[in-house]
Amino acid sequence: MSAPAEVLAVRGLTKRFPGVLALDDVTFTVRPGEVHALVGENGAGKSTLIKVLTGVYQPDQGELRYRGEPAVFGTPLRAQQAGISTIYQEVNLVPLMSVARNLYLGREPRTRLGLIDFGRMHREAERVLGDYGVRVDVRQPLRHLGVGAQQMVALARAVSVNARVVIMDEPTSSLEPREVETLFGVIRRLREQDIAVVYVSHRMEELYAVCDTVTVLRDGRHVHTGPLAETDRLTLVSLMLGRPLGEVGRQTTATPAGDHDGEPVLHAEGLTRPHQLRDVSLRIHPGEVLGLGGLLGSGRSETAKAIAGALPVTGGSVTVAGISVRTGSTPAAIRAGISLLPEDRKAEGIVPGLSVRENIALAALPRLSRFGLVHEARVDAVVETFMKRLRIKASSPHQKVGELSGGNQQKVLLARWLAMHPKVLLLDDPTRGIDVGAKAEVQKLIDELAEQGLGVLLISSDVEELISGSDRVVVLKDGAVVAELSGDDVTEDRLMRAIAAPTTAPDDTSPTIPTSPTSAEEAAVHGH
Amino acid sequence: MTVLKVRPPAVTPAARTEAGTNRGERLSALAQQHGALVALVLLAAVASLSFDSFATGDNIENMALSSAFLAIVALGMTFVIITGGIDLSVGSVFVLGGVLAAWGSRHGTLVALLLPLAGCGLIGLVNGVLIARTRMAPFIVTLASMLAARGVMLNITDEGATTYLVDKNSLFIRLGQDELLGIGIPVWITVVLFVAGAVVLRRTRFGQHVYAVGGNEDAAALMGAPVARTKIIVYTLSGLLAGLAGALNAAWLASGVTILGFGMELDAIAAVVIGGTLLTGGLGFISGSLVGVLLLKVIQNIINQVGSLDSAYQQVVSGGFLVLVVIAQTWLGRRQQVI
Repeated sequence: MSAPAEVLAVRGLTKRFPGVLALDDVTFTVRPGEVHALVGENGAGKSTLIKVLTGVYQPDQGELRYRGEPAVFGTPLRAQQAGISTIYQEVNLVPLMSVARNLYLGREPRTRLGLIDFGRMHREAERVLGDYGVRVDVRQPLRHLGVGAQQMVALARAVSVNARVVIMDEPTSSLEPREVETLFGVIRRLREQDIAVVYVSHRMEELYAVCDTVTVLRDGRHVHTGPLAETDRLTLVSLMLGRPLGEVGRQTTATPAGDHDGEPVLHAEGLTRPHQLRDVSLRIHPGEVLGLGGLLGSGRSETAKAIAGALPVTGGSVTVAGISVRTGSTPAAIRAGISLLPEDRKAEGIVPGLSVRENIALAALPRLSRFGLVHEARVDAVVETFMKRLRIKASSPHQKVGELSGGNQQKVLLARWLAMHPKVLLLDDPTRGIDVGAKAEVQKLIDELAEQGLGVLLISSDVEELISGSDRVVVLKDGAVVAELSGDDVTEDRLMRAIAAPTTAPDDTSPTIPTSPTSAEEAAVHGH
Repeated sequence: MTVLKVRPPAVTPAARTEAGTNRGERLSALAQQHGALVALVLLAAVASLSFDSFATGDNIENMALSSAFLAIVALGMTFVIITGGIDLSVGSVFVLGGVLAAWGSRHGTLVALLLPLAGCGLIGLVNGVLIARTRMAPFIVTLASMLAARGVMLNITDEGATTYLVDKNSLFIRLGQDELLGIGIPVWITVVLFVAGAVVLRRTRFGQHVYAVGGNEDAAALMGAPVARTKIIVYTLSGLLAGLAGALNAAWLASGVTILGFGMELDAIAAVVIGGTLLTGGLGFISGSLVGVLLLKVIQNIINQVGSLDSAYQQVVSGGFLVLVVIAQTWLGRRQQVI
């Protein structure tokens, strides 16, 4: 096979950040006219790799070659001028300016007087965008367009500035099925023009629909590269998750599911949010740990946030111990007894400059105060209780949380929410980024909390942790529940099969109402 | 052998049609652009019906002349605000420009014109370079240069004790006091500058860059717009125009007055915002700023006409008007974004 020369290649790429080895000896090559899927879970290093390719980061080690020559891109602009364009999830255009001006900014057609020739610019913009299936008034501000159309404008701009490589970072995350089809059409045309496409997505269906080659990254390492047609879904999922196929059984003796009959402590029904959640329903019984499985971007965090009121939903209901909770309101959810330990504890959780004591008491202050004055003795009592119970290692309650280890920071957050006496605890990747010893301790804590009668929802990017820590697992894919594993089915193998199972392709054009879960046909997939 | 239940995911609702060109939204965009003009016309109509002395040639000419200087300052401010910045130094620079012009007029008309332009342009350039290169906040940088310009002015005038007069027979004074077709020269200059400003902003690449930098600086940089250069140019322009306005004002008053003009930056900002330019940048109109200036002047004039009202109330009314405009902008902006 006479493979065309690579247009873009990195070899032996290593990139370190303080405390993290983001990329470790990664090799990645793209040929002209190839649509190359780049996949991997949280922390796999995809975004770091993209940022190195586009000049945002400089590699610590390794070589970047572009069109056969060693290349150094100091800035994204340099990379773009050389012919490497990136289409981000967040459209990188100027929303207040007109569509045509966005398309031609910096290279506007001009009259002999040096003034911009708007007549020509508008005509050309209409023609160019027409090729991308976007038929709009190009004089209107860009923000008046739907996200899909905006993305097409970004794409049209990228390609018309002579791109050789177009990198698409989850381009379909906010597109309608019809728009996805248009995008695929454009990608196929790029392929015919010998333009290389690097396609980052978590949606299995899309990968198999447009990509030729796939590269899998995991924990900053290159795991696999090969023709996508020769890599079946199950293999791909197991490569991404880093778990071998056919592994049987569960590692721990979690409480059998049979113990959890009776009234659920949490009942979420039909949670829906455009582009993110489709009719997600789940129940958690007191004392039960419900795992939420699925790939990155499947809607796991969104489900937890929707339940906790942190993400408004367009449909669905949440009930705690039989009492209905107003959705889209965090205070209402907290009052009802729902606590969410967010995924990004730095951005959404701890206040590093405050002490352990202040961080723990933060959410519970209204309960610990009278007439607006904080009852100091009661705060001390609560803080002491939880520091002991969660075994928080700090020199004193007055040590700054920023000085603690990741695991202890996570425990402080946990203590904050436990001080609210929740009935339901939603844990979004609670052990991410903390060391092995602390990890085991947090996992043990979760079990203890469940034994004390809490309902726990566990999200984890670590499949082993998810399987061993959960009594039941609900599997999400593209924002919808695709399977539920219970009893002996709670195994890594089953989980991966459920994730890899092809979804019935959503109808592209029909304007039908979402299928309700009760009327949905139940397909059966046989294990083994 | 066990069976896994697999549910096909529900189909998303039909694709939302291409959002956008509905009527409500067009209306709110129109209100954003022309709200101030409508207010100006209404106010002027009411005033000319209520006060006999409002719609007289003398009064209108007076308003036009006194608007001219603020308008020139507001023109530069419009560019600055569209890039998402602010220029607090223009009031002090305006005063400094007047003093430099009056001082320089002793050495001829050319010096009287070029000295303030050079001095004030330099202050603007320094503002721009500091803001663009060191990424300091425009608020802080121009606050500092506002103090600096005031210091220089006080130094030249011996703490304000010396007022330089412009020679009554010089050519320079005619720039401020002569008329062409019955309209004062400063008004003509203002009109020419606004037409030129509008062409530059709407029809040149530089103008596009001004909008792009204010609309989304990161995207503008990625799209190859010279972000730093654009910022340096707009602050230099703002300093130049403030200096020119000060010089013309000195010619009109025949002296480098050291007290009038401080605080003018706030009037200029108010006029620009009332004229429909977003204080957050990315959206704005040259013509709107002119309307904003006229609106402020008409309010002032009306309050002067109502003899019983203390002229200090002008500030209260202008301030109230500004608040209304900003509330309306926020509301309109929100309406335009909910699509």
